[in-house]
Amino acid sequence: MLKQIIKRMATAIPSIIGVVIVTFLLTRVLPGDTAAYFAGPAASEQAISEIRAKLGLDQPLPVQFLAYVKDLATGNLGNSLTTGQPVLDDIRARLPASAELTLLGLLLSVLVAVPLGILAAVRQGSWIDHLCRLVATAGVSLPVFFTGLLLVYVFYFKLGWAPAPLGRLDFFYSPPETITGFYLVDSLLAGDIEVFRASWSQIWLPAVTLAIFSLAPIARMTRASMLAVLASDFVRTARASGLKPRKVVLGYAFRNALLPVVTTLGMVFSFLLGANVLVEKVFAWPGIGSYAIEALITSDYAPVQGFVLAMAILYVLLNLLIDIVYGLIDPRVRIEA
Amino acid sequence: MNVHNVPPNHVQPPLLDVRDLSVEFATRRGVVRAVEKVNIRLAKGETLGIVGESGSGKSVTSYTVMRILDRAGRIAEGAIRFGGVDLVGASESEVRALRGREMSMIFQNPRAALNPIRKVGKQIEDVLIEHVQAQPSDAKEKAIEALKAVRIARPEERYHAYPFELSGGMCQRIVIALALACRPQLLIADEPTTGLDVTTQKAVMDLVVELTRERNMSTILITHDLGLAAAYCDRVMVMEKGKVVETANASEIFRAPQHPYTRKLMRATPRGGVTLRDLLPEDVAAAMDAPSEPAAAPGQGPLLKVEALVKEYPRQLTGGGLAQALGFRGASADPFRAVDGISFEVARGESLGLVGESGCGKSTTSMMLMRLIDPTSGRIMFDGTDLSAIPAKQFARSAFRLRIQMVFQDPTDSLNPRFTAARSIADPLMRMGTAMGSAALRARVEELAGHVGLPPEFLDRFPHQLSGGQKARVGIARAIALNPDLVVLDEPTAALDVSVQAVVLNLLQDLKTKLGMSYIFVSHDLEVVRMLCDRVIVMRAGAIVEEGGTEQVMAAPKAAYTRELLASIPHPPI
Repeated sequence: MLKQIIKRMATAIPSIIGVVIVTFLLTRVLPGDTAAYFAGPAASEQAISEIRAKLGLDQPLPVQFLAYVKDLATGNLGNSLTTGQPVLDDIRARLPASAELTLLGLLLSVLVAVPLGILAAVRQGSWIDHLCRLVATAGVSLPVFFTGLLLVYVFYFKLGWAPAPLGRLDFFYSPPETITGFYLVDSLLAGDIEVFRASWSQIWLPAVTLAIFSLAPIARMTRASMLAVLASDFVRTARASGLKPRKVVLGYAFRNALLPVVTTLGMVFSFLLGANVLVEKVFAWPGIGSYAIEALITSDYAPVQGFVLAMAILYVLLNLLIDIVYGLIDPRVRIEA
Repeated sequence: MNVHNVPPNHVQPPLLDVRDLSVEFATRRGVVRAVEKVNIRLAKGETLGIVGESGSGKSVTSYTVMRILDRAGRIAEGAIRFGGVDLVGASESEVRALRGREMSMIFQNPRAALNPIRKVGKQIEDVLIEHVQAQPSDAKEKAIEALKAVRIARPEERYHAYPFELSGGMCQRIVIALALACRPQLLIADEPTTGLDVTTQKAVMDLVVELTRERNMSTILITHDLGLAAAYCDRVMVMEKGKVVETANASEIFRAPQHPYTRKLMRATPRGGVTLRDLLPEDVAAAMDAPSEPAAAPGQGPLLKVEALVKEYPRQLTGGGLAQALGFRGASADPFRAVDGISFEVARGESLGLVGESGCGKSTTSMMLMRLIDPTSGRIMFDGTDLSAIPAKQFARSAFRLRIQMVFQDPTDSLNPRFTAARSIADPLMRMGTAMGSAALRARVEELAGHVGLPPEFLDRFPHQLSGGQKARVGIARAIALNPDLVVLDEPTAALDVSVQAVVLNLLQDLKTKLGMSYIFVSHDLEVVRMLCDRVIVMRAGAIVEEGGTEQVMAAPKAAYTRELLASIPHPPI
């Protein structure tokens, strides 16, 4: 198994090299002159070219690229010109915030969407099937910033069930000691229930926003995949052997229907990381999406490169995880690998 | 109705008593009656065969008895009594308790009938535990016992196998073990051997008969093969379009079939001592010309000469599943020889049968002849040119591509679902034929459709709007579109009903005579090969075990393996 994982990781190396090259080129061809931006509107021509020389932007592209790769090899992602911090530190501080939000959103979504999809498939054409379709359609049709604002309006402004949407933790509390970077997990590890509750009260609303958005693909895929499996021969055999519906649906059909659902989960996770940007804006979440957008607007190329690279690595790891899960679900995949 | 109304010829009430059963399906085009007033009486220990072609309602009848119809189907009228229990009125949980414990079912395509990602032993355990025939503590032991009962070698090892690691015949044994684990009184076998090799078919059927006799079980055998039903059943019931047309003792139905449909079915069943024309209904056969000798095809020497052809595949070392499925143990680093140095010739205008069981290398051979894959070594001399010198990747651009064409096994899957019949037939003409205008192309397509007996009004239909036989005709028209010299026919009738098979086989023979082609006919069905082919090659494990004139090989087989193949063909008691 370990050998397979290492082998599988090795196949990701070319794609990471590709990502490094493409992000580098992309940030160079983007419109906007970084040096001019940071020199300010009143800067003289000379001041701008000084900054340019300082940043190494006056060098030819291959030279700049070599310097970038050399820095990468030592773990140096450059400094953000806006925050003045090393990009690596910024990402390290912000990525867990985004990841925690996304994972929780995905978890909530799976908890609702998978049972909904199974029920919709088992009772095809019933009210629950129509409900599944309605919820799924509504979820994808509403943009995340809209559902986010709506939820804030209802649960914060009208009902007062949620605190003000101002980040990960009320400034009243101090964040727990960093172990995983996830406040929910770290506070529990530290045994601090107060902080856990405080961070939960902050995170549930944005997580629900993301969950509503990602409900549709998961529920629809579960339904379609279950329908296909329920019509297959071995389910008929199971029924003809007198197994209980529960065993047939959950024990036989669902495990077989899981593969496409797991694939969808991977895809949903990656585009939730993208959709995060808007949610982070609405809830003032100090995540990596809003950070990358800021950087992109100001032509601050180092954070953009760092962001894309971090996402690519995350995506590679995610795919690796999915492959391992595949192997656990389906013995046939284990053999072929 | 008085259920204790004992029929005069039975002492006990029958185990299964189906009366006036009608089943309806709600479809987009309204309600369709799939089964119409069917009556079945099955005594304890009796074996009943239900025979019919696709759409006859034979499977629907059995699903209704098991009450596993899908949601669109519904019992419109009639009564089903099983061991005194009213199955029509019974609740789902009452029927569920009977399924697997009192009445069981085995299915066609055994590999698909098993959960692909659960160990086969565990699947048997599930059934045993469900019906309280075992406790979790002794379930494994009892599951292994069930495997032993179906004569599976090394059952302790097989317990841990997944279906994909087992051969088709082995999977069917597992399905039988699953069905019989709780010692039911009734076994319904729905086409249990379709798709299995003839020797495996014999082994599986013998096993079913032996086990059901031993336990005094009643059996319903559902099949399209009248010969199989007559060989293994006490009584045979023939169904057509949802109705029972005839029920008779197995020994009588072959000797004196009463209903015209039974006679037609019997005629169409390939068997010893008849010609292809004999398979067609009398009036049709009389209207056709007697097959004439093919016109002497021009050219010198044999059309195809294969010399020491070898195809090797690297062996999989990891799982061992494939190697085991193919019958190899202790996989070594040597490559697996799918085809092991075979040599043969095909004369001009000759049809050569290639016979063997799955895994014997006949499909690999035909793929190499078609130049879809490259041989490892050996020569393929086609009309004096060595085709193996042209790599498979470039062969599509070679001029020889026109001259070797193929008809595939599955008439549905081998047609593009988004192409009309006309477009499918025109495809090779457009890709490789000489350029022609759309009017000329259409005229050629219609001419080809005429050759294969496809009415022109069907040309603008899509595959899903055509019947199996019509799709087979499209596949044949496509293959002969470029006037090939050699056509490789890969089990072209395996997926067809016998009456359609009879028509298609006759069509193939007439086309060969008319167009002067040579055939290589790949098949597992010796009877079909005997009627269509001049010569036959019997393959086993990549090598040729016997070669000769078809009549001679069939009448006096030299190799033990050929004799075994011939003996496995079910022989109805006449």
